[in-house]
Amino acid sequence: MIDRRLLTNFDWILLLMVVLISGIGIVNLYSATYSWTFPGPPIYVKQLAWLGMGLVLALLVSCFDYRHLEYKGFWLYGLNILLLIFVLVGGKTSMGATRWISLGFFNLQPSEVMKIVIIITLARYFSLRAHADGFFLRELLVPALLIGLPAVLIMKQPDLGTALMVIFIAAGMLLLAGLRRNTFIVLALGGLGAAVGGWRLLRPYQKQRILTFLDPEKDPLGSGYHIIQSKIAVGSGGFWGEGYMSGPQSQLSFLPERHTDFAFSVFAEEWGFAGSTVLLLLYLFLIIWGLYIARRAADSFGMFLALGVAAMMFWHIVVNLSMVIGLMPVVGVPLPLFSYGGTSMVTTMIGTGLLLNVSMRRFVF
Amino acid sequence: MRIRSDWARNTDLSKRFFLFSLAAAFVFVLLLSRLWYLQTINSERYDRLSEKNRTRYLPVASPRGPVFDRHGRLLVDSRPAFNISVMRQDVEEPEELLDWLSLYLEEDRQLLEERWKAGRRFPVYRPVTLAADVERSTLERVMENSFELAGILPVVHPIRHYPYGDMGAHVIGTLGEVGEEELRSGDYRSGEYQGKSGIEKVFEEYLRGQDGVRRVEVDARGKELRQWEVEPPKPGNKLFLSLDAPLQKVAQEAFGREAGSAVVMDVRTGELLAVVNSPSFDPALFARGIRSEEWKALLEDPMKPLQNRAFRGQYPPGSTFKPVVMLAALAEGAASSATTVDCQGSFEIGGRVFRCWKKGGHGLTNLKKALRESCDVWFYEVGLRLGIDGISEMAKQLGLGQETGIAIGGESSGLVPSRSWKKERFGAPWYKGETLNASIGQGFLLTTPLQLAVMTAAIANGGTVLKPYLVSRVEDWEGNLLFEQQPSVLRKTKLNPAQVETVHRAMTAVVNEPGGSGWRSRLSDVLVAGKTGTAQVVRLKEDDGDEADYESIPYRFRDHALFIAFAPADKPEIALAVIVEHGGGGGRTAAPIAGEILKGYFARREQGEAKKTPPAQGREGGNP
Repeated sequence: MIDRRLLTNFDWILLLMVVLISGIGIVNLYSATYSWTFPGPPIYVKQLAWLGMGLVLALLVSCFDYRHLEYKGFWLYGLNILLLIFVLVGGKTSMGATRWISLGFFNLQPSEVMKIVIIITLARYFSLRAHADGFFLRELLVPALLIGLPAVLIMKQPDLGTALMVIFIAAGMLLLAGLRRNTFIVLALGGLGAAVGGWRLLRPYQKQRILTFLDPEKDPLGSGYHIIQSKIAVGSGGFWGEGYMSGPQSQLSFLPERHTDFAFSVFAEEWGFAGSTVLLLLYLFLIIWGLYIARRAADSFGMFLALGVAAMMFWHIVVNLSMVIGLMPVVGVPLPLFSYGGTSMVTTMIGTGLLLNVSMRRFVF
Repeated sequence: MRIRSDWARNTDLSKRFFLFSLAAAFVFVLLLSRLWYLQTINSERYDRLSEKNRTRYLPVASPRGPVFDRHGRLLVDSRPAFNISVMRQDVEEPEELLDWLSLYLEEDRQLLEERWKAGRRFPVYRPVTLAADVERSTLERVMENSFELAGILPVVHPIRHYPYGDMGAHVIGTLGEVGEEELRSGDYRSGEYQGKSGIEKVFEEYLRGQDGVRRVEVDARGKELRQWEVEPPKPGNKLFLSLDAPLQKVAQEAFGREAGSAVVMDVRTGELLAVVNSPSFDPALFARGIRSEEWKALLEDPMKPLQNRAFRGQYPPGSTFKPVVMLAALAEGAASSATTVDCQGSFEIGGRVFRCWKKGGHGLTNLKKALRESCDVWFYEVGLRLGIDGISEMAKQLGLGQETGIAIGGESSGLVPSRSWKKERFGAPWYKGETLNASIGQGFLLTTPLQLAVMTAAIANGGTVLKPYLVSRVEDWEGNLLFEQQPSVLRKTKLNPAQVETVHRAMTAVVNEPGGSGWRSRLSDVLVAGKTGTAQVVRLKEDDGDEADYESIPYRFRDHALFIAFAPADKPEIALAVIVEHGGGGGRTAAPIAGEILKGYFARREQGEAKKTPPAQGREGGNP
């Protein structure tokens, strides 16, 4: 299954980047949750376990030839849509949202899987249909349905963050496929209109988040608390940071969700602008390396696949960072490889596996 | 090569990927700019916010200022009290905790639960007091075992302490938890105690201490992590009263179980040496927060222990008013020392019969005998000649019918009727029969014990109406004088010294001559001048002064017993007024109490104590 050639072309740089960022993340989680006294293994140990499992998963995903996915893409898509419908009918509800299917030993989150499946599906579709002139508007009907159906189902759960992620990832892939100038303008205007119209479809808590983002001081102890505390943590870090394990905002628990969505705030407080810059450059390098893999892909399916994964990582990173430094409303998107959580780790690692897969088969035709 | 599709071949992929990379880099530059803005340009501001987040200023309660008597004896103090509180944020098992505390505190479980629930409207890091002012041994018992349950916290704070118990409770006043209004003004913190009545209230700004501040670091839940600095509290100022504690004690004890009041005043200065309200109450109950059942018990007590009778109780003066009528009559020429009336036990006017208390009459009665034996008929006759306006004019001149300006505890003004008053009040003319009632201190007349003492002092010192006062001075802890009350004259009434002398002699006869109604206040070594009085509570079928069978009358219908006195008669130093509610005859129950007080005063003067000027400084005072 794995011949020598594949091994010589193995993308060690990508793997190294992923492990490096995850390592920094775990070191950061150790500090973020140091004051916790909950029973059971500490968070950083659990994250380490997730990382181990994730790496195994990534290697497994990189083993088989990704081209097998090309023909299974639509089947996967159909199955995932069924799962999303099943979630709405008989899913597990927690904290006001129905997102999970209980499988006994773990909870499956079909919306999370959808991020990968939409990449495979669109990679298949675009690699078949893309043409040098760029898409006309009417040619976008099928992709729009392919994207819109899961997006609406996920929005219904409700999970605005994931739904937007699916749309953003698809948008990135669409840009690679190419649009005619007029189509691009119409889509841009349409997107703007949808944003305005979509406001009316948002749930009260979602509207609240956006309003809070626009004026967090209005409700400093309520929904504005997250943004305010995160900005204080990041800002008070200064240029060189408060020092590892010494950020008062993090260590004295003023920073909420500091092991998940706001893990970067802890890092920024303790390592300052200097540390944050290093981390951001690592992430940027990861994204550009993903683009590089896409560029070198042996076929257009692989190219779209790799670009989709790079787009997924890019949007997660950008949305999460924008959120914690107060550039965007709180939407509950984790920072890949950095925030604690198995779901995020698994999704990111499957994506990494796909990248490795495409990368090592760049000479295999 | 099936892979290179038409699209891939005819699209400038290099350019497209270059644009993608550029866009990604551009977004990251944006993120980094934002970080630069937060972490360098605005970092100081966020530093301050971060510090503000974890810094809390906690008050340290200060003790109130101590109160001393005229000789520097400590009457009211502050002592540390131990509360058992709980930090709600640290409590894991409230039910278990309450069970446990109920056991160790030997306190009702229900009560603890109510207090626990009441604390739920405050932040979780605010200690909830479950047991206030527990014994040290209880505290130790609880704290030794408290490791079993999280969240128990001992809190030490100063609390009012009363070494003399209920003595002078009404004038010293009570404390209570600060009200909504003061809280809103922002000068007080919630849960703080402030003066609610008496001197505690009037002198609040002097007695209240200044809270200290602790700057501490807290975590997001408000849990204290460490202390950065402390500014210690400053106790309130020292307040010196004119009261003489031992004399106050003698006076209060002289009442026994009787309800009533006594006011003892220095006739030269207006200082109050003793102010008795009987029965009294324990002000310590209020200092630690009175419980509803205790409060209810005090309110429902038929003896009304909360009432400040001395300053607010209004009583008809009865025959203690007669010296005033006598002075007025002498001044207006309506009587002279030679005026003699034949008392046959009653006096008739306009078809109505007014009785003398003595059914058989006093026979031929001159001025001295009239006061000595309190002959009503003599005063009817003289009062009628004088007229109501002559009587009320003198009464007002001597301080009746108006507030004395003591400004402590809310004072009643009493009532001195006149023609114009009645016209205004009832729209009716004044009747002669009403003049007769006024002549013997009955009818519309109302006085407070304080007014009677002021009046008696004015008679004793020859017409100077002094402003009574209790608080002599306030000092801070460095000995600086912050407040001082100098003797002040409310009114200087022009009286003929000879006429004053006449009244003094008659009042001396009341106590010292055979047949005098006030003999029970007689002292062996000091000449006392006085006057008894009996104030009717209800008019019984027969006007009678029969003292023998008053026991058979229900308590609440019995007459009030009054006595006023000053001494020494020839060179007056103190004046006093005593009222025993439902005590029957003034000579019988009020005069002996007055005697006890006078005896106490002169015994102490012998030892050179009572007159001694108060020491300038110091908490310690000699005990008698």
